Amino acid sequence: MVIDLVKYLTVSTVLFLLGICGLFLNRKNVIIMLMSIELMLLAINFNFIIFSVYLDDLMGQMFALFVLTVAAAESAIGLAILVVYYRIRGTIAVEFVNLMKG
Amino acid sequence: MYLTLVFLPLIGSAVAGFFGRFLGKQGAAIITTSSVGISALLSFVVFYEVALCGSPCYITLFPWIDSGVFHASWGFLFDSLTAVMLIVVTFVSAMVHIYSIGYMEHDPHVPRFMSYLSLFTFFMLMLITGDNFIQMFLGWEGVGLSSYLLINFWFTRTQANKAAMKAMIVNRVGDFGLALGVMAIFYVFKAVDFSTVFATAYEFSQSNFLFFNMEFDQLTVICILLFIGAVGKSAQIGLHTWLPDAMEGPTPVSALIHAATMVTAGVFMIIRCSPLFEYAPNALILVTIVGALTAFFAATTGVLQNDLKRVIAYSTCSQLGYMVFACGISNYSVSLFHLANHAFFKALLFLSAGSVIHAMSDEQDMRKMGGLITILPFTYAMMLIGSLSLMGFPYLTGFYSKDVILELAYAKYNLDGNFAHWLGTISAFFTSFYSFRLLYLTFIADTNAYKSFIKNAHDAPLIMALPLIFLAFGSIFIGYLTRDMIIGLGTNFWGNAIFILPQHLTILESEFIPASIKLIPTIFSISGAFIAFLVYHYYSSTMLKFQTSTVGRKLYSFFNQKWYFDPVYNEFIVRPVLSFGYNVTFKILDRGIIEIFGPHGIATTISRLTKKFSQFQSGFIYHYTFVMLIGLTLLVSWIALWDFFIGWVDITLCFLYLITVLFYNNYTSNINITKNN
Repeated sequence: MVIDLVKYLTVSTVLFLLGICGLFLNRKNVIIMLMSIELMLLAINFNFIIFSVYLDDLMGQMFALFVLTVAAAESAIGLAILVVYYRIRGTIAVEFVNLMKG
Repeated sequence: MYLTLVFLPLIGSAVAGFFGRFLGKQGAAIITTSSVGISALLSFVVFYEVALCGSPCYITLFPWIDSGVFHASWGFLFDSLTAVMLIVVTFVSAMVHIYSIGYMEHDPHVPRFMSYLSLFTFFMLMLITGDNFIQMFLGWEGVGLSSYLLINFWFTRTQANKAAMKAMIVNRVGDFGLALGVMAIFYVFKAVDFSTVFATAYEFSQSNFLFFNMEFDQLTVICILLFIGAVGKSAQIGLHTWLPDAMEGPTPVSALIHAATMVTAGVFMIIRCSPLFEYAPNALILVTIVGALTAFFAATTGVLQNDLKRVIAYSTCSQLGYMVFACGISNYSVSLFHLANHAFFKALLFLSAGSVIHAMSDEQDMRKMGGLITILPFTYAMMLIGSLSLMGFPYLTGFYSKDVILELAYAKYNLDGNFAHWLGTISAFFTSFYSFRLLYLTFIADTNAYKSFIKNAHDAPLIMALPLIFLAFGSIFIGYLTRDMIIGLGTNFWGNAIFILPQHLTILESEFIPASIKLIPTIFSISGAFIAFLVYHYYSSTMLKFQTSTVGRKLYSFFNQKWYFDPVYNEFIVRPVLSFGYNVTFKILDRGIIEIFGPHGIATTISRLTKKFSQFQSGFIYHYTFVMLIGLTLLVSWIALWDFFIGWVDITLCFLYLITVLFYNNYTSNINITKNN
């Protein structure tokens, strides 16, 4: 099966950029930031799958599964950090998350 | 004999300088004076052999610099030009030496003074006898050094220190031009000895070379650079400011600087380089204009100076202007003739002024003198002879050269010739005006001096009077006796010492200019003298009224303050340069260029940079993502477009950027420190 590579790649690029924009432009909600990161990972995943189909190579889909697993774990860790952070600071508003300030 | 002539003053200077304390005042004076005196006698013999018998003499001692094609040797060249200069320098110097014995009698540092005087003479002799540009440059710098030492002779006086430094620094500006000129000569001719350069000058005319990345006619550039040197040394307008200030030195020094050594060096150099200047007509125009402007400027300034020596100093400046524009209109022999004549009457004027000052217990302000004619009749006579000769009174020495210069300028029949002629003629009027003003205020007017000064005033003792008498004879007769020999029509006196392009010759035309034009300078100078006498004798109250009116005060201060050259220079050149010298070259380069490159600079830069970077860490996640994205984008595009960018970027510049960053960091941190303070 021959697919139209450009269209699929455009979709994944647009998804990736949406994720980046979500990270930049959202300055309030940390949940949306996590979702944006998730979106970026999914866009990359999409690339893996497209190329795996295009090149007729299962390795790409394998990798997509790995990425999904890692992403899930990462989201879990992220949410766990948020819960702990909320317990300590009493807020998760992004404006106040600047403990790393130099 | 030729070498003895040159080196005797050096020996005298060394003996008096190093062993002065053993010899005592008398011993040092006798040694230096006799060595310079013998030099003077020998120079007459040289004059006879070289100039009169027409046998120029080259003496090459041994190589000095021998590096690749660059070859300079210790060589001496005696031709007619050198011979005339030798007479002027050694004779006037000998007179000044004799005079100084009397004048400096009460000074505790006579050996040092005599040693400097002889050193001065020696360097001037090196300058005029050198057979290559390098040796001439040695003499050139040497006279600069000696003038510094002599102006600063009374080194406990702040004014003398300032004047000496000014002379040194202003001369450096000119020397920089001369040095560049000599380098350009080497670049073009691949030689620095006169014979090669002058013989091949024609081959290199009409061709260009790159100067400041622009194409110029090479001989024009060389000549203008050499002329800048002459401007500095010969006190032409622009770099003249050191000359009047040099009056802070003892009076014999002023006589020596103004008559024989130092200021004549620039004119001599132009005359020596006549083959180069002849092939650079544009440079000649510049020389003419600058000379004429100097003559005019200095004459008008001299009219309203109150310091006795300063008036004479401006008169020197003015006469140097005449000499320079005489060179500019290609009449080098006339220029040298005027130089020689001027040496006699200017030395006479200065030494007489010295004897007035000596008599008046070191009072120099003419307004506080007057009536000295009865007390100092001899000095008055000498001063009168010098002044008449200076203003070109018919048949005295100055008349023969000055009038010829003006006639020749008129006979040039072009713009710069006319410019020089009229400015020179007007200057002749002012020259006689200030000469007679000087005479009147000092000797004839009712006295304004303190009683104690007048009571102690006495005419010059014999040892000071003798030089005056010799110089007075020179001021009266030299012009008449040597005129036909030196500037006569078709004289073969000069041999190959001076070169004039045939199309630049105007000596013949000058014989056919209207009689009225020929008479103008004489009429002007005589009327100037009369007007000065009238104004100060009969109309002094009217003058005072005019001088204190609004317009009159402005005019008076304009001329009395030397056309405001000094304030303008101080404001716009000296102060910015001084602050640059302190803030940049001293505080940054001298104190710590290695420090800024090395340990201190790198340490502070890095700590400042880390501070900046840690401020960069805002702690906001979106900032980090932004930086990551931008960085990634730049990195990717840099790698992708590497081939495109690499053509623009010069890797070697990076070193320069690094240094700039270090300096910038040092600069901004200094500013922060001053702000915090």
